[in-house]
Amino acid sequence: MNDPHLLTLHVNGEEHEVVVEPRRTLADVLRHDLRLTGTHVGCEHGVCGACTVLLDDAPTRACLVFAVQAEGADVRTVESLGGEHGALSDLQQAFSDHHGLQCGFCTPGFLMLAEGVLAEQPDASREDIREALSANLCRCTGYQTIVDAVCATAQARREATA
Amino acid sequence: MKPAAFTYHRAHDLTDAVGLLTDLAAAGEDPKLIAGGQSLMPMMTFRLARPSALVDLGPLRRVPAMTAIADDPEVLALGALVTHHAVETAALSPGFAVLSDAMRWVGHLPIRSRGTVAGSLVHGDATAEWCLLALLLDAVVVAEGPAGRREIPADELFHGFYATAVDPDEVVVEVRFTRPAPHAALSEFARRHGDFAIVDAAVALELDGDAVTGGRVVLGGVAPAPVRVAEAEAVLAGAGDPGDALFAAVADAAATAIDPPDDPPVTAAYRRRLTRTLVADACRRAVPQTVGGAR
Ligand SMILES: Cc1cc2nc3c(=O)[nH]c(=O)nc-3n(C[C@H](O)[C@H](O)[C@H](O)COP(=O)(O)OP(=O)(O)OC[C@H]3O[C@@H](n4cnc5c(N)ncnc54)[C@H](O)[C@@H]3O)c2cc1C
Ligand code: FES
Ligand code: FES
Repeated sequence: MNDPHLLTLHVNGEEHEVVVEPRRTLADVLRHDLRLTGTHVGCEHGVCGACTVLLDDAPTRACLVFAVQAEGADVRTVESLGGEHGALSDLQQAFSDHHGLQCGFCTPGFLMLAEGVLAEQPDASREDIREALSANLCRCTGYQTIVDAVCATAQARREATA
Repeated sequence: MKPAAFTYHRAHDLTDAVGLLTDLAAAGEDPKLIAGGQSLMPMMTFRLARPSALVDLGPLRRVPAMTAIADDPEVLALGALVTHHAVETAALSPGFAVLSDAMRWVGHLPIRSRGTVAGSLVHGDATAEWCLLALLLDAVVVAEGPAGRREIPADELFHGFYATAVDPDEVVVEVRFTRPAPHAALSEFARRHGDFAIVDAAVALELDGDAVTGGRVVLGGVAPAPVRVAEAEAVLAGAGDPGDALFAAVADAAATAIDPPDDPPVTAAYRRRLTRTLVADACRRAVPQTVGGAR
């Protein structure tokens, strides 16, 4: 191993110690070292968004961050969303209800992107949501159903806090 | 699609960053700074860049000056690690609001939440919005190297084909925009929303009452580096009513003056047509809503 680094990563509220080469991306460390395979990898150069995670609450391409750069940051992956025994979060349930996924490859990235966007802009309009979701690619759904799912979640969360 | 091996070094303060660059180079390494990594990492995964050592500026986010946005109506100073998204969401004074407005063209939110102003300028892509805006608003890049600090004006920054005046042993610490432009806009065309533009145009108008008295026209994607188009600016200096006739003349002058690259997917003729459309569009968007009849 070239220049191995011992890192402490904060992922989904837990601390993990890993020894990695600096060239290992956060996406690869999550998948291969921490076995959190919910984060998917498509293009590996920032275009598709399959690898999107939250880094200190900001939606981030995990393929465009070296794991060594994520030390000290709070990382959240799709595994953090669901509850016990496979229970879905409100956003995940909305994806299911609105047919926002087919093969599901892009879904973890869209979920984490949407979580980040809704946390920052709880009042996001449909247009804002479309613009934000344009960051990620989906080869199956045609996007409208993903937009529907995120808009429905935004609406439900607004009503719940009103 | 994996980067080649490198050694990793964290810079804990500015002196450390400059020192690491110097020491690594002296030891025969080929060090490079990494800020947001949103340009460097794709280059490394494609193996277009193979630095043997990376010096991470990440820890410098704790240094307040490196992420500060100091907005004075006459000069806007951005710390080197200010992100595109921080500028997008900042309430800037009217002379610099064009910077916030233009950020929606820079990639997508996840790119904008990590990518930095200084990284964009040092990367020096000929269509990068920050590079055009640097020429539009007379940016000054403050760089610190082993010999101390120096200031590089935007018109000396871009050498073309991703080369810039920032030396490999220098760290950009601040970017100052010294020319407010309250009537300015950027317009661009990319095949997919969020991609680098094929051509982009930035325009700043000088207005006296309802009349145009001058302005700047900057283009990206028509030469190896972003360029100001003197011929188009001369038309604006010739004065006139801010309307379609004047803007068409400005756009024509710009499209005629340039000698854009001609490659099979994107011909020179196509880049000229885009230039004509985008310059006119940026001019129209630059006119304040209060000027009657312009829209
Ligand atoms: C999918 C995708 C789409 C994109 N679309 C666009 C777009 O439409 N428009 C656009 O402009 N950009 C776009 N980008 C690039 C993005 O804007 C980058 O954030 C930016 O170009 C570089 O900033 P960075 O902080 O990420 O720099 P890095 O990638 O970390 O570094 C880039 C270069 O700058 C040097 N550098 C960085 N900081 C400093 C410093 N302080 N001092 C000296 N040298 C430094 C590095 O050594 C390196 O050579 C896109 C990127 C991706 C992945
Ligand atoms: S795998 Fe990261 S954006 Fe495609
Ligand atoms: S559901 Fe198949 S790629 Fe989106």
